[in-house]
Amino acid sequence: MKKLNEIFTEKKNLLSIFFTAGFPKLDDTAKIVSELSESGVDFIEVGLPYSDPLADGPTIQDSSQIALQNGMNLDIVFEQLKTIKKTNTTPLVLMGYLNQVLKYGEDKFCQACVACGIETVILPDLPMIEYENHYKLLFEKYGLTNVFLITPHTSEERIRKIDAYTDAFIYVVASASITGAKGEISQEQINYFERIKAMDLKSKLIVGFGISDNNTFTTACNYADGAIIGSAFIKELAINGVKGINDFIKSIR
Amino acid sequence: MKFQPTKEGYYGQFGGAFIPELLYPNVKELEDNYIKILESEAFQNEYKNLLQHYVGRPSPLYLAKRLSEKYGATIYLKREDLNHTGAHKVNNTIGQILVAKHLGKTKIIAETGAGQHGVATATVCALMDLECVVFMGETDIKRQAPNVARMKMLGAKVVPATSGSKTLKDATNEAIRYWIQNPETYYLIGSVVGPHPYPDMVARLQAVISEEMKAQLKEQTGKENPDTIIACVGGGSNAAGAFYHYLEDSAVELIAVEAAGLGVNSGESAATSQLGDVGVIHGSKTILMQDEYGQIVEPYSISAGLDYPGVGPLHAFLHESKRAVFMNATDKEALDAAYELTKIEGIIPALESAHALAVLPKMNMKKNQVVVINLSGRGDKDLETYIKHLEA
Repeated sequence: MKKLNEIFTEKKNLLSIFFTAGFPKLDDTAKIVSELSESGVDFIEVGLPYSDPLADGPTIQDSSQIALQNGMNLDIVFEQLKTIKKTNTTPLVLMGYLNQVLKYGEDKFCQACVACGIETVILPDLPMIEYENHYKLLFEKYGLTNVFLITPHTSEERIRKIDAYTDAFIYVVASASITGAKGEISQEQINYFERIKAMDLKSKLIVGFGISDNNTFTTACNYADGAIIGSAFIKELAINGVKGINDFIKSIR
Repeated sequence: MKFQPTKEGYYGQFGGAFIPELLYPNVKELEDNYIKILESEAFQNEYKNLLQHYVGRPSPLYLAKRLSEKYGATIYLKREDLNHTGAHKVNNTIGQILVAKHLGKTKIIAETGAGQHGVATATVCALMDLECVVFMGETDIKRQAPNVARMKMLGAKVVPATSGSKTLKDATNEAIRYWIQNPETYYLIGSVVGPHPYPDMVARLQAVISEEMKAQLKEQTGKENPDTIIACVGGGSNAAGAFYHYLEDSAVELIAVEAAGLGVNSGESAATSQLGDVGVIHGSKTILMQDEYGQIVEPYSISAGLDYPGVGPLHAFLHESKRAVFMNATDKEALDAAYELTKIEGIIPALESAHALAVLPKMNMKKNQVVVINLSGRGDKDLETYIKHLEA
């Protein structure tokens, strides 16, 4: 598996795809990762399905519920990711909720990430103060890095702090929103992207939430280093399954 | 002051503010201002005035003679059921609506289980002429129809939560999602749950219950302390209010009663302290019901107000530190207690409050033991359930 920072130095306009592990079928993880890699996706976010995903809209909620009904759990995800570790070269990022980490055991969770070659995690409900007080040290111990989210309402002072804590990238939430495709990017959002860009941060910026097609992806890339597509991809998977992945990615860029 | 939260909102290991970055500015604004507002003279005047003239406080402390005889103790009922809108919930909504106004908010959202908090929120929004959206689980909408009708009549929009078990947990998820998408709104949380500062703010606003209890007990018994206080706990706001001014005085026994549903180990229960362990739910680190992978387990109780998989962080700490005794009552025990109180005292309690009454037969009491039961709400909203089970 390549490192995220290698990809960041090699390429521009990065395309990342989020999918929920265990959706549409329990054993689709390996197939989805390899299809995405072959289609030229630059890095992949693997979502750990959660019963109460507060930051997610209806599409990802539904996919999480189906994945859980399919019997997906953290042991199975880690087992699946370990299996593909040798063949997969595209960097993987793990996205889940803090309670999953707490219950699994913080150290055990980190060890499992390392065993799968994962170096980056996104926990949208991990607040910065908890990171500073506890998780920073824990993650450092295992060589893991955490991705912080920023929104149009995040203050400049806080963004500067997040920039200093960031090793991988900053997740730029496109609007005050939960996940879910909106179809277009407004002038207000563009103003926000420009404001962030003008701050001249050291970290790479990846835009997410509301990126769904070629148009929104291209617009986001004008202001950031790349973008993440989640809900729109889940919708595509729900309709056409794994076989539709290549066409979907080609339609984005 | 062992039972006051730290600056970051921690009671021991419980509490904090585990919120997505998207909510940070809202929660921070509240955190920076709530104590200043609550302690200001303007707020205190308005809050006290409304509690007295609009809510009808102080609520009576009633010596339930026949109940006392039956259980061989001196049992008082703190009559929160007599408040305007029928429960203790309004103490909090009056306070928070004033906080929202001080912060310049014009749109209010809330979650509700039994509908009592939804009604109390819709009521204060009507009073203050503010827009109101209430999230309520689809299952609860069906079992608490009168409260849904009241909210609509009060001008609130009731949005059904259709995910998960379609109850209080899911209504709270939907309210938080809406809040993320509409950060200009004020989220008026109904219990001592959620991210800091909500648990502390709601506890302070419900503390009027124990503040009055002290004065009323002094007047009626000559002592401001009872021996025992009993309150039901879902999220835990009425218990927090009834315990508040006695928390630091370990001579007063505090009993929190959870809903056991069909039985603690039946798989259909909401007895969080017995079935849960440490985790994060709705922005707070607390005790919650979850499986081995941290997926939140759907709770069950006949009472929509106690049907919650977590518990406020203060209560998690009271449980862990053993400051409070945690008991529980099944659906059947609660129904029996409700029928009993109705027959011998002429008071129809809410199903939630009936859980607090339901532990009386399990207690070993002394004749002169002074017990206060917080009768958190009235049973009008539960008549359909009561009638159904009476016939059965």
